[in-house]
Amino acid sequence: MEAFVSETGRAVVIPNDNINTDIILPKQFLKNILKTGFGKDLFYDWRYNTDGSLNEAFELNKPEHKDASILITGNDFGSGSSREHAVWALTDYGFRAVIGGGFSDIFYMNSTKNGLLPIVLPEENRKILRGIQADETIQIDLPEQTVTYKNNIFHFDINSQWKEKFINGEDDIDNTMKYEKLIAEFEKQRPNFG
Amino acid sequence: MSKTLFDKIWEKHVIAGEVGEAQLIYVDLHLVHEVTSPQPFDGLRSTNRRVRRPDLTFATMDHNVPTKDIFNVQDQMSRLQMDTLVKNTKEFNIPLASIGDDKQGIVHVVGPERGLTQPAKVIVCGDSHTATHGAFGAIAFGIGTSEVEHVLATQTIWQVKPKTMGIKVTGKLPKNTYAKDIIMGIIAKYGVSFGVGYAIEFYGETVQNLSMEARMTMCNMSIEAGSRTGMVQPDQTTFDYIEGREQAPKDFESAKNYWSQFYTDDESDFDKILTFDVSNLKPMVTWGTNPGMATPVDQYLPEIKDENDANAYEYIGLHPNMKPVDINLDYIFIGSCTNSRYEDLEIAANMMKGHHLAPNVTAWIVPGSRVIRNCAIKSGIAQIFEDAGCEWREPGCSACLAMNPDKIPAGKHVASTSNRNFIGRQGAGSRTHLASPAMVAAAGIAGHFVDITTDEFV
Repeated sequence: MEAFVSETGRAVVIPNDNINTDIILPKQFLKNILKTGFGKDLFYDWRYNTDGSLNEAFELNKPEHKDASILITGNDFGSGSSREHAVWALTDYGFRAVIGGGFSDIFYMNSTKNGLLPIVLPEENRKILRGIQADETIQIDLPEQTVTYKNNIFHFDINSQWKEKFINGEDDIDNTMKYEKLIAEFEKQRPNFG
Repeated sequence: MSKTLFDKIWEKHVIAGEVGEAQLIYVDLHLVHEVTSPQPFDGLRSTNRRVRRPDLTFATMDHNVPTKDIFNVQDQMSRLQMDTLVKNTKEFNIPLASIGDDKQGIVHVVGPERGLTQPAKVIVCGDSHTATHGAFGAIAFGIGTSEVEHVLATQTIWQVKPKTMGIKVTGKLPKNTYAKDIIMGIIAKYGVSFGVGYAIEFYGETVQNLSMEARMTMCNMSIEAGSRTGMVQPDQTTFDYIEGREQAPKDFESAKNYWSQFYTDDESDFDKILTFDVSNLKPMVTWGTNPGMATPVDQYLPEIKDENDANAYEYIGLHPNMKPVDINLDYIFIGSCTNSRYEDLEIAANMMKGHHLAPNVTAWIVPGSRVIRNCAIKSGIAQIFEDAGCEWREPGCSACLAMNPDKIPAGKHVASTSNRNFIGRQGAGSRTHLASPAMVAAAGIAGHFVDITTDEFV
């Protein structure tokens, strides 16, 4: 997975609460058997009109937000379906971090597998971030666990192991293979009733 | 030391790591379906890895499958995804219940039905409704696609232990209210995200008196409360359900003795407790675009409090001066991993017996598995549905998520026994109203929702 140490980037604000994974990537796009190419369908029903044309009023479609790499959103982001395709759509589009009031547990874990940094900040911090102009940037420093915007420095929490994983970009399975012996031992003593 | 059911199972599965940090957990059962598995199998191939325990893995196809003319898959993408599962399970030696197979069905219906779902197991699947299996006193949760690959390769998963929440359900369920109404009532009361970060255990006399099917319905919708894991303490009802099933333990007595040690010692062991009394519970109906936007059938729809409500009302085409009985329905859908089991169909059929659907209502009855379908044909339930004018379909996820040909058309109102009323969930522009199988069946007959707790019905 791609490592994440820091990011300085423009941000786009989609402030809604409860943006579920059906909204992030509707089900018709789950039929792909690859991990790539989902970015164009991100927020499909918001981004495109029913005739397939671009909904120019939607934040993501505004030319000034074209290069945004940080998404600022509301509470309970990524709820609903477990589809990791939602995370792949965000990363494929170019997002590297999502700042929200809270994330669903499954979405959070999926993000940690794909180098998309989920950052939980309280409403008073996000309120300030929502004021960001299109040409301004936010700095995210993972080792320091800070989000900096203008003169504001906000601290965020992250589990130390997920943090390390982001910074090293390490492969989970390779890491777990180091525990092979323990897994094999565990298997020997599992209850088995036939 | 006093512990919860969740703690006890968790501890039995920790291979490495300390509480509070990520811990390596052993997985006893990994259920696989066609949508979230192609990329993991590709990943295994490209890294020359094998599936560690094909014997602890079981695959079926459900999301994409058509529910009529099942071998004629028109959508090429769906077909590719299904063919890919056939190819992958063959290559990696994983048992598969493919389309048309007598074991095929919705993954969360099939696991329990085969006897694979058992107490004290850790069960995962690349699907958020995996919590269903927690009804057996298992730790069961949905995982992402990267985690699917990890479990295939290592039979383990890294997890930070969640906090535990007990939801104590008390009181006697009024006639014609069901587990679906309980879980919808809980979500309406506490919201769609109160369970984030928690494993929920449903307990109390009301839960003890529920059938396994009803417990599965409750645990299934834990994710609609934000929790990945819902569970119920295993008891005689659980053991009776499992005994005699194809994959039940051969040494059943020993298994039962082992399972019997898994229960919560004291409710004070939970990190948090919520209570819910069902004595005056009414059948619940959703009016909006998330499962928390639900109201008892005899109440007016709520006032508009914020922009979310306003948007939901606009999408769904209703307004606060209405009651659920005023919602005119175009479709009814009885199916999904929430409510497609034999008991659900039986309850719905009893409601429909001797009646016919209202004019203009189209009804899709989609059993959760081929086993259920065959039972319902044999017992005459299928005939009741057909006599009422319903379409009696083949097993699959169907219109719950509409990834297959079963889509509710734009603007149409559907009474649905499924679990999510998100915008576009059941088809672009579709307007979903979640309810219990009895409510949906009665609504199909009337053409609108009715209060089935009134004298006319009980």
